[in-house]
Amino acid sequence: MITQAIIVWLLPLFSFAVVLLNSKRLPRQGDFLSLATIFIGLFISMKLFGQMMMQPAGYQENLSFGWIPIGAHSIQIGVHFDILTSIMLLVVTIVSSLVHLFSTKYMEGDPKYGRFFAYLSLFSFSMLGLVLADSLLGLYIFWELVGLSSYLLIGFWHEKPGPAYASKKAFITNRVGDFGMLLGILLIFAILGDLNLQLIFTAVADGKIPMGMLTIIGLLLFCGAVGKSAQFPLHVWLPDAMEGPTPVSALIHAATMVAAGVYLVGRIFPIITPDAGLVIAMVGGFTAFFAATIAIAQYDIKKVLAYSTISQLGYMIMGLGVGAYTAGLFHLVTHAMFKACLFLASGSVIHAMHYALHHSGSHADPQDMRNMGGMRKAMPITYLTMLLATLAISGVPFTSGFLSKDAILGATLAYAIENGGISWVLVFFGFITAAMTAFYMFRIIYKTFFGTFHGGADAEHHLHESPKPMTYPLIALATLSVFFWFTAPKFNPFSTNGWFSSQVVTPARAYAGIMHPGGTFYFHPEVTAKANEVAAEQKKQESERTEHFAHMLAMILSLCVAGFGIWLSWTTYLKHKVDTDAWKQRLGIVYEGMLHKWWMDELYDKTVIAGSLLFSKLMAWIDANFVDGIVNGSAWFFRNLSFGTGKFDNRVIDGAVNGLAWVVGRSGDRVRTIQTGNIQRYLWVTGCVVGTILIVVIASTLL
Amino acid sequence: MLNNVTFFLCISCGLFVLGLLAVMTRKNAVSILMGIELILNSAGLNFVTFSHFSTGNFHGHLVALFIILLAAAEAAVALAIFLGLYRQRGTVFVDNASDLKQ
Repeated sequence: MITQAIIVWLLPLFSFAVVLLNSKRLPRQGDFLSLATIFIGLFISMKLFGQMMMQPAGYQENLSFGWIPIGAHSIQIGVHFDILTSIMLLVVTIVSSLVHLFSTKYMEGDPKYGRFFAYLSLFSFSMLGLVLADSLLGLYIFWELVGLSSYLLIGFWHEKPGPAYASKKAFITNRVGDFGMLLGILLIFAILGDLNLQLIFTAVADGKIPMGMLTIIGLLLFCGAVGKSAQFPLHVWLPDAMEGPTPVSALIHAATMVAAGVYLVGRIFPIITPDAGLVIAMVGGFTAFFAATIAIAQYDIKKVLAYSTISQLGYMIMGLGVGAYTAGLFHLVTHAMFKACLFLASGSVIHAMHYALHHSGSHADPQDMRNMGGMRKAMPITYLTMLLATLAISGVPFTSGFLSKDAILGATLAYAIENGGISWVLVFFGFITAAMTAFYMFRIIYKTFFGTFHGGADAEHHLHESPKPMTYPLIALATLSVFFWFTAPKFNPFSTNGWFSSQVVTPARAYAGIMHPGGTFYFHPEVTAKANEVAAEQKKQESERTEHFAHMLAMILSLCVAGFGIWLSWTTYLKHKVDTDAWKQRLGIVYEGMLHKWWMDELYDKTVIAGSLLFSKLMAWIDANFVDGIVNGSAWFFRNLSFGTGKFDNRVIDGAVNGLAWVVGRSGDRVRTIQTGNIQRYLWVTGCVVGTILIVVIASTLL
Repeated sequence: MLNNVTFFLCISCGLFVLGLLAVMTRKNAVSILMGIELILNSAGLNFVTFSHFSTGNFHGHLVALFIILLAAAEAAVALAIFLGLYRQRGTVFVDNASDLKQ
């Protein structure tokens, strides 16, 4: 199975490389290649998913090899395939393939059409790699690669200032979170010397990392999730990321990449300590609530959806924080489907609005809901699919969103009952957000599809339903938002005990064996084991009762709050019984805050950005005065030194060489006179020499 | 006295030295030629002397005769050259014949 998973993973890389390099030469700029690879991937993923369903829970396959040997250690890199991976593969390929299909029409006529599909393939490859990674290192590599593809796709229309700015903002904001994550990874490597997740869990179970350190590691890794999953306070990039093409928003900034943070928390779930869990849940809960307040007051249809994404991601994080592993990941999967549907539907609306406004000569904003209204007649398919997805996100029964959101709320309630104290805040966040979600989502529906059209009568005539490649993905995703797909094999719309909860079982906490139920250490394993067994049995029965009770209570409560939200939206935006302007006056500063995103961007401008600019200026000053001084000083020194050695070279070295030549020349002149050409003189010399030799020889023989 | 080889060798040596001195010091080409004749004759005398005192046969005498012949031939050629030189320069002093040196 793992080989097939690797094929699914590598196919988009192939199409990325081919399409990026050959988009000008291929027919249709090569979009068919991207589509083909992702659809083949989809079919293989479906097959793998079917095979995994046949396996017992907890089945997994691994494939890894040494990558970088460092001394005695070797950094391993490899692929891990289990049920969660298989589900994520399926989710990514479903959404990605439908978005590919949608884009063939949405991006039609764009000058960089082929490049767009190449980037989509790059993203699919990176996201699949992230899902398949078996170590924190591999995960981190693909974590950065999805960040890169996100950057490229947000800034796809980089000739406009908005997207160019937004892409930079997204990338830099993510860096902040990724830095924390990198620190966490390095901390683990420093302690254990290994980054493979399974080995980390084993090491934690052996007590190789103290609990306090484990909390720090968990929170540092969570920093990465805060960045990527747009949690408070690093959420600011996601609304701006809506500057990218709408299919990208659906794929990357709603369904898959932003869920990577949630996936990460799910992967490291066994080493999240109770303290870290509480912090994670608080961050998630607050984000859910905070983003929902902003979503209510936004007019840009994509901005509302962006904030609702942040809010829903907050839900998932909160779920994982309170220990509801299955519920959190379940919401990830259901959310991917209905949020992709919502984004693609909004894309369809924007596409129609853009066409209508363009042909009527209007320059109004095609994304502003104040220009829309009554569009359900012109776009029935878009309307119906978006309505279904809205019902799902609002948590109305018979939808997938009801099941998953209810599971999270139930788990949060059970957590609060068990732990008490501050954790009740989470319950408050959870339920108030559920009501607000229902309210602002129906606000979109009523403002867009009901009432009268505000974009001008001329434009209204040009409104039309989107072409089939755009509506089919909508229908597919809306169908996947229905409860049946997730309660199977049962057919009970109120039961979460479907295949998901039976296959995706909450993994045991890795530190459970070494921690006393009260939270302190026992240093004698035999005592710990016994105490844990007893305590765990008691606790299990206790929590089962609590959970059952909490689940029922949460279901009733969530139905009430969702109903209230929808009712409020209905009276306000359809019946107009509530005077919104008067309420804006009454809410005053609160409304201003919601409208202006609680001035988060302004706050960052004033503090972080201004601070880093100031720091940069200081650094520039140091650079100009101090560093340049050293550089220039050394330049001066070496210039003079060279001058000196140049002199030495010219005078002494060259002088020696020339002097030698002069001496040889002079002596040659002198010696030349010996060779006169006068034979008699030669004879003289010869005679003298021979005579001398004779005398010496004779003298030596005589003596 | 005539039975002593040293006597003949001394005469031969004296002849050789005289010839050599003539070759080395004289500037007149004819005088140099005469010096050369003296050297050749000293060599011939040596041949005859050694032949006479060692083996008693006439091999040395033959070589002496050959040397006299050679000297005659040489003198003929050399005098012809000197005549040519004299015709061109009006003198037979060897220092004047230094065209190749320039």
